[in-house]
Amino acid sequence: MYSEKVMDYFEHPRNVGEIENASGTGTVGNPKCGDIMKMDLLVEDGIIKDAKFKTFGCCAAVATSSMATEMIIGKTVEEALALTNKEVTDALGGLPPVKLHCSVLAEESIHAALEDYKKKHA
Amino acid sequence: MNHQLIYLDNAATTAVRPEVLDAMLPYFSKAYGNPSSIHSIGREAKIAVETARRQVAAAIGAQPQEIYFTAGGSESDNWALRGIADVTQGKHIITSAVEHHAILHTCEYLETKGYRITYLPVDEYGRVNPQDVKAAITDDTILITIMTANNEIGTLEPIAEIAAIAKDAGITFHTDAVQAVGAIPIDVNTLGVDMLSMSAHKFNGPKGIGALYIRKGLRISPLIFGGAQERKMRAGTENLASIVGFGKAIELANAELDAHAEKLSRLRDKLINGVFEAIPDVRLNGHPIDRLPNNFNMCFRFIEGESLLMRLDLAGIEGSSGSACTSGSLDPSHVLLAIGLPHEIAHGSLRLTLGLDTTQDDIDYVLKELPKVVQSLRDMSPLYTSCEVKENA
Repeated sequence: MYSEKVMDYFEHPRNVGEIENASGTGTVGNPKCGDIMKMDLLVEDGIIKDAKFKTFGCCAAVATSSMATEMIIGKTVEEALALTNKEVTDALGGLPPVKLHCSVLAEESIHAALEDYKKKHA
Repeated sequence: MNHQLIYLDNAATTAVRPEVLDAMLPYFSKAYGNPSSIHSIGREAKIAVETARRQVAAAIGAQPQEIYFTAGGSESDNWALRGIADVTQGKHIITSAVEHHAILHTCEYLETKGYRITYLPVDEYGRVNPQDVKAAITDDTILITIMTANNEIGTLEPIAEIAAIAKDAGITFHTDAVQAVGAIPIDVNTLGVDMLSMSAHKFNGPKGIGALYIRKGLRISPLIFGGAQERKMRAGTENLASIVGFGKAIELANAELDAHAEKLSRLRDKLINGVFEAIPDVRLNGHPIDRLPNNFNMCFRFIEGESLLMRLDLAGIEGSSGSACTSGSLDPSHVLLAIGLPHEIAHGSLRLTLGLDTTQDDIDYVLKELPKVVQSLRDMSPLYTSCEVKENA
């Protein structure tokens, strides 16, 4: 039911972990629903230098968080804010329809982390 | 990539035993007659169906004429409930919160038809209290249906006690024994049940065939009209080869019942003990003693069940989970919620169910791989980190 790319990112997730002294951190989701995503970002001169995630969730949630980190590293804050779930899931070769709701957290966690960054650097 | 494949999802389905397959094969293209035909090939088919009926009846202490073949456990459950509701005055049914969906969804359907359903709560092990059953009975109660063994957590229900209460009150009692038949001794008279559902593929028989035991003299409406098959209760040409396979499978399972239960529970307990030794923050779901011999259901804190299943699958271990993501809904298993688990714990459940072919080597392999898989997912979990930080603070 999952694409090869989803399985690859689930089996070998890129950018798992945490960033010490992250510029911004965002945690979204709810353990009740079975999905929590925590995103740490390192921002320098308006550019996302590094992104690390931790996810409690299903295969789709893990793969989308990992793909999302890869897609925003090297981007500007504005570009990262413009990243959509659809772009993330497309990059993974799509997700089964029942799993699309699991992918929402990737976009939300990036937004939450960048909001945190903006608050800290206002 | 690992090439070992360890199937530990025998509560979902089992492999057809070679002896069962051998018994079935002639009935596809050699002895393929219609059991209703009067020529010799038809009579041969009829004899095969009635032989299987006797085998099934003998396995549960019933009379052959009390066995009605169906397409499986869910059909038997649907029929038992709707069939009694159809012909009985009264609008109240008692069941439990941990039944299979074949019971629960039929109850929900009956609610739309004006029936009132009592869904009895269970204790922390998933057991129904017989006194709760007694207290729920009203003048309007027409049926009590409680499963013999839970399909998720393996807990055995006090069926004989509940059946006695139903009998005293003059109320029909049905049990979904789909997980129990072929796994533990079942005798309809010792238990005192009026109806009992079973399914062949749970004990190494073919899929798509089961039966409903209906005690002689009990009135229930027919399921399918259109022929004299199954004493005019379920019309349609019999699923001949599958019926033969069902008969053979239940005969074999029953003959080996004690030996298998002993072997499976020994391996299962070794698995349970090994998991508890190797992995912290794990809990056993279901009753520690009164449970199916092949069932181990556990919850790992801080991780999610679907990820766990997929990682185990990559390691060649096949199990199942009650997490929301594996059920296609947003809620985890109704059984795990009914025994009082919070959602976040219930999402991290794993069910491993042993089978005929499970070996000591399989268990050793699981005990080698499972702790690694759990740890790798915990290392990725934000809940695990925050918990560690809290504990260190």
